Amino acid sequence: MLGSIKGMFVTLKSAFKKPVTDEYPDKRRPVEARYMGFPALTWDYEVIEPFCTACMVCIRDCPTQCMTASMKDNVLYKEEKSHRRKIVDKFEINLNRCILCGICVEVCNFDAIVMSHEHEMSVQERNGDRVDLIELLDMGKRFQKDTKWIPPSQLKKRSSVSDKPPIVSPSDKDGI
Amino acid sequence: MVSYDDVPRSDSSSDFDMLLNMGPQHPSTHGVFRMLLKIDGEVVTHAEPHIGYLHRGSERLTEVEQYHQVVTLMDRLDYLSNFNNEWVYCRAVEKLIGVNIPERAEYIRVILGELNRIASHLLFIGTFGLDIGAMTPVMFAFRGRERIQSLFESVSGARMMHNYFHIGGLKEDLPENFSDNISRLIPILREDIEETDRLLSFNELFVSRTKGVGVISKELAIDYGWTGPCLRACGVGYDVRRTEPYSVYDRFDFKIPTTLDGDCWDRYFVRVMEIYESLSIVEQALEQMPDGSVNVMGRRLVRPAKNDVYMKAENPRGEIGIYLISDGSDKPYRLKVRPPSFCNLSALKELITDTYVADAVVILGSLDIVLGEVDR
Repeated sequence: MLGSIKGMFVTLKSAFKKPVTDEYPDKRRPVEARYMGFPALTWDYEVIEPFCTACMVCIRDCPTQCMTASMKDNVLYKEEKSHRRKIVDKFEINLNRCILCGICVEVCNFDAIVMSHEHEMSVQERNGDRVDLIELLDMGKRFQKDTKWIPPSQLKKRSSVSDKPPIVSPSDKDGI
Repeated sequence: MVSYDDVPRSDSSSDFDMLLNMGPQHPSTHGVFRMLLKIDGEVVTHAEPHIGYLHRGSERLTEVEQYHQVVTLMDRLDYLSNFNNEWVYCRAVEKLIGVNIPERAEYIRVILGELNRIASHLLFIGTFGLDIGAMTPVMFAFRGRERIQSLFESVSGARMMHNYFHIGGLKEDLPENFSDNISRLIPILREDIEETDRLLSFNELFVSRTKGVGVISKELAIDYGWTGPCLRACGVGYDVRRTEPYSVYDRFDFKIPTTLDGDCWDRYFVRVMEIYESLSIVEQALEQMPDGSVNVMGRRLVRPAKNDVYMKAENPRGEIGIYLISDGSDKPYRLKVRPPSFCNLSALKELITDTYVADAVVILGSLDIVLGEVDR
């Protein structure tokens, strides 16, 4: 009996508290900075081309084999506007297969792939979750704009320059 | 597939015996678990548990994935304690290749593992209350769990399938606002848990439904291979963190809560007490945590020599074991998981025979199984 009264007291107390839940479609909780949504490809605004060179590292390391890609010769490289000899031609990710593990981002050598903050991706078509290069780049551009994304390699370079003076060890001089 | 005709009929069964199919879509089975109950009025005279509805071939899949990819599969075994599963697998591989991980990584693993234990036990408390008919505690329990998961999201980027523990340490260091977040979280969490505890633990209706129900003796529990809170509820103070301290657990001051009766209420209350102990471990670990790097391996491909290793750890549900054989390639030759839920579930038939149907639900709930781990 006492327990029931105690329970009712808790109910009464909670009646005057603010709700902890959010009314989802009307109010969306912002995601954390590290949130891993669906993978997307980034856009190099300095050269006006994707970062991706379709080197296939992410494709080989993907645990679910959800990606495919192919490369082509880079026209901008011949015009000496870009340092990328090859560039991505086709890229497709099957977002139904993707398990959002983030391994592709870890292994990428070119800062070309990111885990975007997109997570509401229900589609009408049967194959609608197979997104191609254009859509992936759109997702990436949105992510870059929203988070003011700086390539991680540049970030590392910047922090190492500002934090400590570069120490040149003998092995570095020899170029090893 | 077993049909109704295969269930043996005992001589004592009267003509009024009825076969009741419970699950696999029954809400009280916490997943896709199926029981065939033979009932005489309200009393269960025979029970036939069926597992395997969530079999995904995780152990076989590990043989076609590289060592660092297998972590993603470990997340999906016991999907309520993801960090603990990743942890034991990473420790197994680290032992196989002979790598000692940095101290800071060990401490972060302890903090996240214990928080995951709290989240898992909170879910148990909520759903166990639901099984009995207490609708309010689940709200409070999930509120606390939600806060922990938001913290996990800020650390690993995912709420459940983290892939954050890597072989040789962690994926990356904690975010900058972590210490603020967690120092804000712990008092709120303690309040949440105390509120749930006050509401449920000594409620007369709750106690009368759970006390003296599903009693198992100490000897029988050990015979069935029970571990974790279920075994500790029988009065056996067996906890891998204490008996064979791994990681940095020997540096913390914590108790192993045990109770004596081995019934459903004890199995519930051991978990409640464990939450408080886990909170104190988190606080101690936060104080002791050193600075430094969090990963020693970088992105090197793991290729252990031909060897095998067995590694065990204390998961929220009991002792998980990983037996890992390597054949010198970059993929495991065989990975066998000893899941705690499976061993705890094996005693179910004995426990629910000759109890009431309503109590069968309570007993199954008190074991706190996760079907992802039972079926793998």
